[in-house]
Amino acid sequence: MGYDLKMRIWRGDQSGGDLQDYTVEVSEGEVVLDAIHRLQATQSGDLAVRWNCKAGKCGSCSAEINGRPRLLCMTRLSDFDQTETITVTPMRAFPVIRDLVTDVSFNYEKARELPSFQPQPRDADGKRRMMQVDVERGQEFRKCIECFLCQDTCHVVRDHEDNKPAFAGPRFFLRYAELDMHPLDTHDRRALAQDAAGLGMCNITKCCTEVCPEGIRITDNAIIPMKERVVDRKFDPLVWLGSKIGVRNRDNDGRTDPRDPD
Amino acid sequence: MATEERTGVRGATRAEIEARTLREDRWWLSPLVTFVVFGAFVIYATVRAFMGRDYYASPYLSPFYSPCLGDCVEGASDFGQPFKAWPLSAALIILIFPLGFRMTCYYYRKAYYRAFWLSPPACAVAEPHSAYSGETRFPLILQNLHRWFWYAALVIACVLTFDVVLAFRNAEHEWGHMGLGTVLMLVNVVYIWLYTLSCHSCRHAVGGRLRHFSKHPVRYRLWTWVSGLNANHARYAWISLFSVALVDLYIWLLAMGVIEDVRFF
Ligand code: SF4
Ligand code: SF4
Ligand code: FES
Ligand code: FES
Repeated sequence: MGYDLKMRIWRGDQSGGDLQDYTVEVSEGEVVLDAIHRLQATQSGDLAVRWNCKAGKCGSCSAEINGRPRLLCMTRLSDFDQTETITVTPMRAFPVIRDLVTDVSFNYEKARELPSFQPQPRDADGKRRMMQVDVERGQEFRKCIECFLCQDTCHVVRDHEDNKPAFAGPRFFLRYAELDMHPLDTHDRRALAQDAAGLGMCNITKCCTEVCPEGIRITDNAIIPMKERVVDRKFDPLVWLGSKIGVRNRDNDGRTDPRDPD
Repeated sequence: MATEERTGVRGATRAEIEARTLREDRWWLSPLVTFVVFGAFVIYATVRAFMGRDYYASPYLSPFYSPCLGDCVEGASDFGQPFKAWPLSAALIILIFPLGFRMTCYYYRKAYYRAFWLSPPACAVAEPHSAYSGETRFPLILQNLHRWFWYAALVIACVLTFDVVLAFRNAEHEWGHMGLGTVLMLVNVVYIWLYTLSCHSCRHAVGGRLRHFSKHPVRYRLWTWVSGLNANHARYAWISLFSVALVDLYIWLLAMGVIEDVRFF
């Protein structure tokens, strides 16, 4: 049973653009991306949209639907009233390229700034060993599909373009947390997370968590633990006192921060 | 407005859309409720803390005044009166601890940044501020002291637990009695403990800070347990706010003689 769906879609590029009205035939059980594909096929062949898997796994089809950052392929039409007009715009935190396609290279730059995994030497038999409980926390973060919806929603950069150079964003705080909790890593990134990645800019208002299509509890399980780890290092008088009187700081736990003089 | 800044979602490179948000749901409801309820609590607590009277109705002591270290009414000071010379309400001596604890709490921060500072008012709703530095500068960098308030909160929770024990007396301080006030205080202290133990700093301290759970099985169990509580931290934050206010209100009304305590035995 099909019905006519009213849509408003943002069309344009960096020189300007606006929301344009469309009516497209859809059927129940379809997703927003299906409607957009039918529009492309039947009415406006030049409508630009990025997608790949249509299964919520590639993270390409990120956009904003009725003002909320979501995956086009995972948003069911049955979530809306049949008479409702569905508004689709590109992600509003990134530079637009054309129509629904944005330039997400900000995120790739941030990924490059993050020092990669630096494991300890292998055991004598050439293997590396770790226990399941020690890597379990990081496994939640590995579910990330890099849709960058969290980066798009985060008000630190969405509302303040000037913060972009100094702020890595929630997706990369996941990575910092994953490595910081990793049993074999040797690179202490706590200072880096605080200074270069701008962890202190996050005011834990949890929008990244609200929009993550993988349901990763970004704020509770990655950002806040990372903030606490930074506190261990920087704002904990006991740790400071310990370091003055020469007590070994067990949080360093075989790690070094190449940025530290000692 | 010609002078309006073209930044954020209205910046030059972004898709040209005038609206601050295209959200059509009632995104403003949750910050509004938070604003009204927190606002009401702050006003109530301020009034009560400055009153300096009607905080003790034997054997019940209001949580706002516990421990009562100033020049308190007879029977209220179970830990002596080291600040007897303090000229103002005794609540103000200890208030900094619960207040600081809640003000720096990760959940309350989220709630008041959204509801009071509109930073952001809701997700994907542009905030009204033109500059933003998060928690990197004074005074907000002090939010990092949360765990110190958490240590203090553990002590306060113990004191409030002791108050509940004392509430199993009658007005003449004879043991083995119980009234509605005892029940309210008991419920309150349970939620205070749940709130305090579900704290993110607690989760970190008991085990979250470790990098090798496998080497610390006991702390790993504790961490798992606190993580479970932590998932409900926001709920405990709200309930304990109400329960504290309710206990105080009950004792206030008792002390003024407006109501009579319901005694069970
Ligand atoms: S919790 Fe922090 S990182 Fe996540 S959206 Fe909010 S400010 Fe950004
Ligand atoms: S953390 Fe979630 S929202 Fe962010 S990029 Fe990964 S999957 Fe997308
Ligand atoms: S198309 Fe791959 S996530 Fe939507
Ligand atoms: S009390 Fe809320 S996070 Fe510590």
